[in-house]
Amino acid sequence: MTMNQSVTSSENAGKRKGQFSDVWKRLSENRAAMAGLFFLIFLIFMAVFADVFFDYQKACVDLNIAERLQWPSRAHWFGTDEFGRDMFARVVFGSRISLSIGFIAVAFGLLIGGILGALSGYFGGALDNIIMRICDIFLAVPMMLMAIVIVAALGTSIVNLVIALAIACVPIFARIVRSAVLSVRDSEYVEAARAVGGRTGHIIFRYILPNCIGPIIVQTTLRIAATISNIAALSFIGLGVSAPTPEWGALLAGGRSFIRDSSYLATIPGIVIMLTILALNLLGDGLRDALDPRLR
Amino acid sequence: MARYIIKRILYLIPVLIGVTLLVFFIMHLAPGNAAQIILGENATPDQIAALEKEMGLDQPVIVQYLRYLGGLLHGNLGNSYATGTSVTTEIMARFPYTVRLTFVAAVFSIILALPLGIIAAVRQNTWVDSASMVFSLIGVSMPIFWLALMLILVFSLKLGWFPVYGADSWKSIILPAVSLGFMNMASIARTTRSSMVETIRQDYIRTAYSKGLNEREVIMKHAFPNGMLPTITVIGLEIGQMLGGSVLTETVFAWPGVGRLLIQSINGRDTPTVMGCIILMTISFALVNLIVDLLYGVFDPRVRTMYR
Amino acid sequence: MENIDRTPPALEIEDLFVEFRGRNSTVYAVNGLNLKIEKGQTLGLVGETGAGKTTTGLAVLGLIASPPGVVTQGNIRLGGRDILKSLEGEERERLGTLWGKKKYRHVYGSRFCVSEGELQKMRGEKVSMIFQDPMTSLNPVITVEKQIAEVIEKHSKISHADAIGKARDMLETVGIPRNRGSEYPHQFSGGMKQRVVIAIALACSPDLLIADEPTTALDVTIQAQVLDMMKKLKEKNHTSMLMITHDLGIVAEICDCVSVIYAGRIVEHGTLEDVFDHTLHPYTKGLFDSLPDLENRDTRLKPIRGLMPDPSIRYEGCPFADRCDYASDICRKEPPREVHRTDEHVVACHLYNEDNIAEGGAL
Repeated sequence: MTMNQSVTSSENAGKRKGQFSDVWKRLSENRAAMAGLFFLIFLIFMAVFADVFFDYQKACVDLNIAERLQWPSRAHWFGTDEFGRDMFARVVFGSRISLSIGFIAVAFGLLIGGILGALSGYFGGALDNIIMRICDIFLAVPMMLMAIVIVAALGTSIVNLVIALAIACVPIFARIVRSAVLSVRDSEYVEAARAVGGRTGHIIFRYILPNCIGPIIVQTTLRIAATISNIAALSFIGLGVSAPTPEWGALLAGGRSFIRDSSYLATIPGIVIMLTILALNLLGDGLRDALDPRLR
Repeated sequence: MARYIIKRILYLIPVLIGVTLLVFFIMHLAPGNAAQIILGENATPDQIAALEKEMGLDQPVIVQYLRYLGGLLHGNLGNSYATGTSVTTEIMARFPYTVRLTFVAAVFSIILALPLGIIAAVRQNTWVDSASMVFSLIGVSMPIFWLALMLILVFSLKLGWFPVYGADSWKSIILPAVSLGFMNMASIARTTRSSMVETIRQDYIRTAYSKGLNEREVIMKHAFPNGMLPTITVIGLEIGQMLGGSVLTETVFAWPGVGRLLIQSINGRDTPTVMGCIILMTISFALVNLIVDLLYGVFDPRVRTMYR
Repeated sequence: MENIDRTPPALEIEDLFVEFRGRNSTVYAVNGLNLKIEKGQTLGLVGETGAGKTTTGLAVLGLIASPPGVVTQGNIRLGGRDILKSLEGEERERLGTLWGKKKYRHVYGSRFCVSEGELQKMRGEKVSMIFQDPMTSLNPVITVEKQIAEVIEKHSKISHADAIGKARDMLETVGIPRNRGSEYPHQFSGGMKQRVVIAIALACSPDLLIADEPTTALDVTIQAQVLDMMKKLKEKNHTSMLMITHDLGIVAEICDCVSVIYAGRIVEHGTLEDVFDHTLHPYTKGLFDSLPDLENRDTRLKPIRGLMPDPSIRYEGCPFADRCDYASDICRKEPPREVHRTDEHVVACHLYNEDNIAEGGAL
């Protein structure tokens, strides 16, 4: 028995490894997706090592009125803001906030949504009904409004922002995981696992979740894109991160007052946000095609 | 069909009650005391207590909620903390602006998106396809508020064709509607393309060609009505997105709609108005999706007979 | 030359090659296929799944999806009229090298002698096709009478109302009450859907009907009804028919001639009697041996061993060699040429030559 099990699981592992290398191969052939991936890696690299390149104190706190509102030049690639601070450094420090909030909020959303969806799909019945009806209620409010309400009620802080954006993701992930679970729950290999006496938790994590990984990865990528956009939007209307913390949406909002004469202040952070979301979308699309080659 | 409609409407009621409950309790989490906000910093504790009693704020949350729900059924959303006037009146004065903006944006996005998506699908893997899909991909990646600022920069400040803000002439609606509808246009175009690509591969499309129809007839009479079905659903969802997005557009363009009122009330800690705005938008979203579902029944005979 | 005073055949296919070019591999679906249907006759095109039967049918209609499909060579004539012709001489060189630039070396081409518009006029009126799967061949959001009326309206100048009337007549002809015309395909059973598909195909009384496994998706009892109906309608309209099938029972039932297709080419062709009673090709023999024998149920079935050859590889010799019990070295090296037993009965197999064919070859 034990031997048999170890044989099947190692076979499974081999198969899964093969699948992943296939997916990677297809993904690496997709130039747009790879461009997106490299841009993201570059962005994350800059965010992580921002302190090596720039001085946070100088970029975000100190004032340097002598150099205020300078258009992009060799000294200041993205120009300077109304207090003479280098915009390039501010954008780089801003990427820390946007990316980390984006990733953390979606991770929480995925964790909670994934668990709810898995329970809902696996057990069905009344539990499924309750969870799905609650999801319906959350989904009935447009995502952006939901985030606005939560931040408005809890007050503006980074933690509340993460909570608001994570909650906005939960029902979406719950639905995806639920339908993925439903599609494999009654398949023969899960029946087989149940027949040999596998525990429920074991079955869910060992057999069911790995099989829903495709749509989850794709949706996670796209959700991070949407969440980064929403962070910027919330900051822009004054409900997200506020000055002096350099968040992309806040930078854009700050540049708004100077749009007539110093339009680069609003243009550049917007382009950075757009490129980031574009990169995530390209990667997400590429992943979807790579994970499900039938679609192409 | 009638049964289908009734079923959909009946299903909507618990969802809407759930939404009011949800929003009510989230707003209840808000720190600060309503009576304090209304009376200002200098109010005495006695005054505050008296007002709380008058407003029913001393009662349990669930009682407050039921009273609110009762008022809602009669169209009464309470009074604004900021102005003291009826929230219903205030919102209803603003609502037509949001409807107008969303409607123009939706029409703009659908009119552009459908041909874009269909052409891309029919000319799959040609430069036309690539170009329109790159265009849509950039569209879905562009933050609404940034696009709004860029439109202002180019078309108002540099070219002077449209006003920077306000809602005074027909010209005023162009930039807000374009910035609001652009992202949705891109997303509808992408859905249209992928569902049309899927449809074009179906056997009945081959049957249509084998009857001797030309490409235009096959696409318009056979592929489009089928490929439309997923797009209809997405259009409904996109209109919900637009209601959310209108908060941003209205803020940038100082458009006097519900979205701007919402932000003003949040900043003024005017809870009844915030709730009113959210509930109105949610109901609108739900109604749009209801209409979309009904349209689905009109376009897809399989749905129609299912509920006969 | 002797054909001059005879009516031209309903369909002639000469030396047809069709490939499907994927990103990483090319599938050679049809490889030098020859086929001829005399007017009013029914030809059975028999073979396994993947032998290139459907592709051949689609090629006649000019409906091979391109990309990825390419007709690289071949002539097709419908009722004596050239539809598709191989490029010749200088043109072939030029286009051949043009296509050969990238990865498509050794590629030549065929091209249509008729315009896209003329091709559209032909489809439905001169040639029509019944597709394999009735479940997916009808548009789910259009009523069946409209789907039938569409082809009538396209090919004759009558009003929409008249076309609907005719469509209902067609429904009655195929055995469906006319008042059900206003229903949608999902309200019909599989057999009824296939009747609707047949009604569409026959609505304009085409000269040639291509039936691609018209009964495979149906229950056995319904199969017989549908076949019977097709046979009657065909006789009534003097339609010629290409019956694509893998079912020898259907062939015996309905066909005048049989062509056996293997890996995209015809390995044996003859009248029903030729092929059934004087079977020549080992593959054809194999097909018959795979059928259960009702009189002697003790005999074991003799399935053909192995699988169809990989269609993405071009074979130098006979594609059946690897599965053939009689294969010799020459079978793997040289493609077999056609040998006639009678004027009509022809086989492509190294076992036969003009001298031994009358005695049954080297078998």
